[in-house]
Order: sequence, then C-alpha cells, then structure tokens
Amino acid sequence: MSNKNKNGKLDGDERRKPEHESNELVRRIAEKKYEFGFTTDVHTEIIDKGLNEDVIRLISAKKGEPDWLLQFRLEAYRYWLTQAQPTWGHVHLPEIDYQAISYYADPTAKKGTENKEQEIDPELMKTFDKLGIPLEERLALSGTAVDAVMDSVSVKTTFKEKLSEKGIIFCSISEAVKNHPNLVKQYLGSVVPPKDNYFAALNSAVFSDGSFVYIPKNTRCPMELSTYFRINARNTGQFERTLIVCDKGSYVSYLEGCTAPMRDENQLHAAIVEIVVMDNAEVKYSTVQNWYPGDNEGRGGVLNLVTKRGDLRGVNSKLSWTQVETGSAITWKYPSCVLRGDNSQAEFYSVAVTNNHQEADTGTKMIHLGKNTRSTIISKGISAGKSQNSYRGLVRVGKHADGARNYSSCDSLLLGSQCGAHTFPYMDIHNNTATVEHEATTSKINEEQLFYCNQRGISTEEAVGLIVNGYAKEVINKLPMEFAVEAQKLLSVSLEGTVG
Amino acid sequence: MLEIKNLHAKVGDKEILKGINLTINDGEIHALMGTNGAGKSTLSNVIVGNPAYEVTEGTITFNGQDLLAMSTEERAHAGIFMSFQAPIEIPGVSMTNFMRAAVNARREALGKEPLKSTDFLKVMREKRKLVEIDQKLMNRSVNEGFSGGERKRNEIFQMAMLEPTFCILDETDSGLDVDALRIVAEGFNKLRTAETSAIVITHYQRLLDYIRPDFVHVLINGQIVKTGTAELAQQIEEQGFDWIKEELA
Repeated sequence: MSNKNKNGKLDGDERRKPEHESNELVRRIAEKKYEFGFTTDVHTEIIDKGLNEDVIRLISAKKGEPDWLLQFRLEAYRYWLTQAQPTWGHVHLPEIDYQAISYYADPTAKKGTENKEQEIDPELMKTFDKLGIPLEERLALSGTAVDAVMDSVSVKTTFKEKLSEKGIIFCSISEAVKNHPNLVKQYLGSVVPPKDNYFAALNSAVFSDGSFVYIPKNTRCPMELSTYFRINARNTGQFERTLIVCDKGSYVSYLEGCTAPMRDENQLHAAIVEIVVMDNAEVKYSTVQNWYPGDNEGRGGVLNLVTKRGDLRGVNSKLSWTQVETGSAITWKYPSCVLRGDNSQAEFYSVAVTNNHQEADTGTKMIHLGKNTRSTIISKGISAGKSQNSYRGLVRVGKHADGARNYSSCDSLLLGSQCGAHTFPYMDIHNNTATVEHEATTSKINEEQLFYCNQRGISTEEAVGLIVNGYAKEVINKLPMEFAVEAQKLLSVSLEGTVG
Repeated sequence: MLEIKNLHAKVGDKEILKGINLTINDGEIHALMGTNGAGKSTLSNVIVGNPAYEVTEGTITFNGQDLLAMSTEERAHAGIFMSFQAPIEIPGVSMTNFMRAAVNARREALGKEPLKSTDFLKVMREKRKLVEIDQKLMNRSVNEGFSGGERKRNEIFQMAMLEPTFCILDETDSGLDVDALRIVAEGFNKLRTAETSAIVITHYQRLLDYIRPDFVHVLINGQIVKTGTAELAQQIEEQGFDWIKEELA
C-alpha cells in the first residue's frame, strides 16, 4: 500500500507526482535480487585463460576425443582467426577479449583424482535443487528427463536407462562422442557448419558440453527431454553444443532452461544447437532463457550469442521453436528452419522481454526449399526501461519451393518512453507461387489502461502483469505446462515496476 | 459520506475546478449537469484519483477518510466506482480475468480470501443476468470490439461485480438507444441499496426519468452555480443553460 498516487495533497513537498512514483518503483524493483544470482562454492578445475591451438588440444584431450573431432575443432579455429566479430546486430556488443576468458571449467573434477565416475558433489546436487531441477530421479518433475550442465561439463543426465529401453539416446555430447561416435560424426556440423558465422566457428573450436538426443525410427519419446544450463565459474565462457536427431516417424519435445550468477563482468555464452528432422518426424524445442541480465545500470550480464538451426530433411517433417527470452545483457539469436523436405512445416513462437539496459536482437530464418512447405512466425517483443528490442527475420523461398507459404506476425509492446522496439523483416522470394504474409504492430501500455485497472482496484504492477501475459498468451500456450507456469511468473517478475 | 470542500483542480496548466463544495449523504443521488467543458468529468476523475488531474486546493473526505491521500486503487477498495464516459480497451486481457483480478484485489484489501473459481463464475453468471450482458463478451478482451452500448452495459456489469457504495455515472446514457438506456438504468436501480449514493452526470432528462435524483446541480465554469430538485433538470431540458447564466450575470 505504499504505492500511493497522491494526486492532490495540499502540503506541496509531500505531494508525489506520478513520475516520482515510477522512479521509486523502479528503484525498489531494481534492488530486488535476480532470483538465481547465487554462486556455488565447489572445487572447479579451470584451465588457464586464453585461446590458441594448444588450448583446443587440451580441451579435446580432457574429453578423450578422437582425432577427427580435434581436426574439426582446429579447422574451425583457424577459420575463426580469419574472421572479425560481426557488427550488424542492433545491439552494442562490447569488444570481447577472447584471451581473457577461460574455455574450460569442470566443477565435477575432484581434487587430486581423475576419476569422475564417483558420486556427484553434494554441493552440485544442492545447486540444481535450488534451481528447481532435482537430479534424483525420484524427485524429478514427472515425465521430464534432465541433462544438467554446469560451466563446461554435464553433471548428470537423468532417466538415461529408462529411455534407452526404447532405443532413445539422451546424454551429454561428450558422452555421445565416446559411445556413439558414428552418429555424432554423421550429424555434427551438418546443420550449422563450422564456418557458418563468427560465433559458430568459435563454438565449433572450443565447444564443451551440451546434450545429444537420438530418437530411433517410429518412436514417440515418452517423456519431455530437457537440458538445464548453469554458468557458475568466474571469467569463463560457456560453449554449449546440442545435437538432436529425430529419425523417421518419431516425435520428441525438448526443453532448455538457463541461469547464471550475478557478476559485474559480462560472461560469454556462445552456443550451437543443431536439429535434424527426418521423414514424418516432429520436434518441439522450447527455451526459457533467464541468464543474468546485468544490473539496472547495465553492468554485467550474460552475452548470449547463439546459433540454433533445424534441418527439416524429411517429407512431412515438423519443427517448432518456442522461446521465452527474459534474461541476458545481450541476446543475439535466430532459431531457424531449413524446410528441405516436401510438405514440411516449421513454426517459430517467441516472446522476448528486455528491461533496464538489456538488448535483444532475435528472430528467425525460414528457408523454404521443398514444395508445399509452410512456416509460421509469431514474435512478441516487450521492451521496458532503457532497453532495445529488435525482431530480425528472414523468409526465403527457393525457386523449387512451389506452393510455399509463410505467415509472419511481429508485435512490439512498449512500457515507458525510454525503450526501443525495432523490426527488421527480410524477404527473399524466388518462386512466384509462394504466399508470404507479414503483419506488424507496435503498441504501448498507456496511462489510460492503467488508470482504468487502478479504478477497478487492480494495482499497477498486477495490471502490467495481466496485460503482458495477455499479450504473450499465444506464445506461452505453446510451452509444455510446467514451463508455461514458470514463464508466466518470469514475465511478470521481469517487468515489475516498469510503469509507475 | 462524501464531502467536498473548496476543491480546485487543474489539468496541465489549466485550472478547471474553481472551488467546488458538495456534500453527498448515504443513499442520495445527485445529478450533475452543465455545459461542455464546465468541469463535470474533471470532478469525477479527481474523486476517483486519475493521476492526470492535479488538485491544487481543497479537501475530499469519504466516510471520514482523507480521500486525496489514498491511491486510485485504495479508493476503489473503499467502495468508489466510476462508470467511464469512454471505457478503455485492454487487448489480450479477457473480461473474466480482468474481473477476477478486480474482485479479488478488493477482497484482499478487505482482508477476505480470494473467491474460488467456481464461486466467482457463479457470481459472474448472476450479475450478467442483472444487466442482460452476453456471456460471449466475457471471453473477449476488455471492451475490445464492444459496441458503444455494450461498453456502457459492461460498465454497469462491473459495478454489479464490485458492489460499490459510491458510484459515478459519467454520461452513461450517451450513445445508448432507448431500450439500452432502460436496461442500464434499471440495472443500476436493481443494484442500489439504501446506502448507495451516486453522482449522475448527464446532458439529458431521460436518464433521470429512470434514476430519480434527490438533487440537481448545475456546474458552469468550474463552480456549482445552482442547486435544485428533479424539476431543475426538467427546466434545463426545456430551456437550456442560458437563463441560469443570465441569472448569474
């Protein structure tokens, strides 16, 4: 009840105007801690800072990799050296000192022993418990298997055995390299080649852990698969690599969540996610990204520079990306789909929230190559504070893609007057039977709407939550249920106090 | 219950209210009439606490409480309700969710448990019947795509849900056809208790045929210049405001 709109007390000094009010609210909220900003005190083996071929050899050796993979890394690294950090994003990406980062941090390494097969450090178990990701199967969320990755290493993957009964492989990518080298060799880099872009080359050179999923033919994965990424160690980068292969006639729903401690310096997360979808197969990939966004002055936060792409190789294949992006100082990612198979269908549903000094440049690419391919893009940007939020999307229709259809809808919602929303839609159409539609709107939560809610007894914060969740409903509804509830809460928390 | 003393208020730099004095006791209906721009809507907005208006002098007490020291939502929780002249659209928020948030916010302020979903929906159903509003509108976003008449009816529906003790009907009759006017006005009358008091702002006599005022005030240039009974409204309907202005001059 401290949220008083004294629109008219006589004693001048005491009278607070709405502007003061919003400042007061913003201050109060900014002081609120990022819920996941704690650090875990655990012995972590961190290699020396810096990047060169020896570091890459060291990472590869630590993971006991075959020579082909070392060569894959070195080739990517040599290409990366010839490239410059791209500048086309609508973000202020700082000059990154790649020699000031450590490229491998292992919180599972025991002091004085190389043996990792023993029990998991209870501190790590506690950390994931605290994040709401219990690693003991009996405590796990019903119907969800988890691969828990901290820094450069997968701590544990649950329900592996149960899934393997159906022939499903769900493990860390490092383990997959050891146990399923042929599958990895066949698909790694086949969707996002090492030379795809600057950050893809960097990731291909130094990638550490991420998840590997293989769903055999005609198998419906009986549980949700998920990976939880946690950055803990200081001055390290996280280079996640995830590869999902869904064979003919199969289905899998995969979820990804991420958090990091609060630190004053930026932390780099440069990931690659590759998805291969065969004939009549379907993959749903959902992300709730809540990396540390930096403080309200714009200090610190994760630089989230990610290449995600799915290759719809088979006929009638389906892929949908759903993302709720609320964290990171800078987000730069475009989960994309190559619609190669005839009649393949792709969807991209996104809610990106930026507050304070956050910047997001996110969207998708839909590359139609097959006949009668369909794609849908629903993007909702919500900007508050002094943040910048951009949608950037490409719809390309190749010359053989007869009957291709795309529908894009990009909405921006502004809270306050110091933030920005931008839309950069690109279209590249080479087939005149294609149907491509694009709609865009920009709206603002206005004072009148808030006043109307207030008059009905609804506080400003609750009103913003109602409006924002209403706005994002179409995307949230696409998430699996537990995630949808989390995402709704996250949206309200991320935006609390942004309108006075 | 509501007592306004020497109230001055402005919007931006423009002073609109220039010393309003008005006392409204429990159960009384006060009609407020006056020329366009006289300050009728400003007075309503100041009472409910619209932050776009600034009070520069004077006091308002509501059941003994200093109303001007209360936030907009606190005033709502205390039982003040305004039927908006131009109801606001809130895209993406369904009427049902909006009403649930409003009803439970007030219950919380009054120290009551939130209504269970089933109970809430039951109350919704009863109140909808009272103002004859279509269930279809409840699944739509607040006021989005509502016709003028539906919006006004929706305001009275919200009043029914929130059970205020003090209501302001700000030109609730404008844009309504004869039948809709009757339904809205009868809805209001059904909702009234012996304690409910109200300010009814209107340009026309016809609303006052349904909602009989105890007093009629004429507001001109930010001041109440004349107060009478229901017959005054009749006189204004027939003769306009010029004769009052002449009296003043």
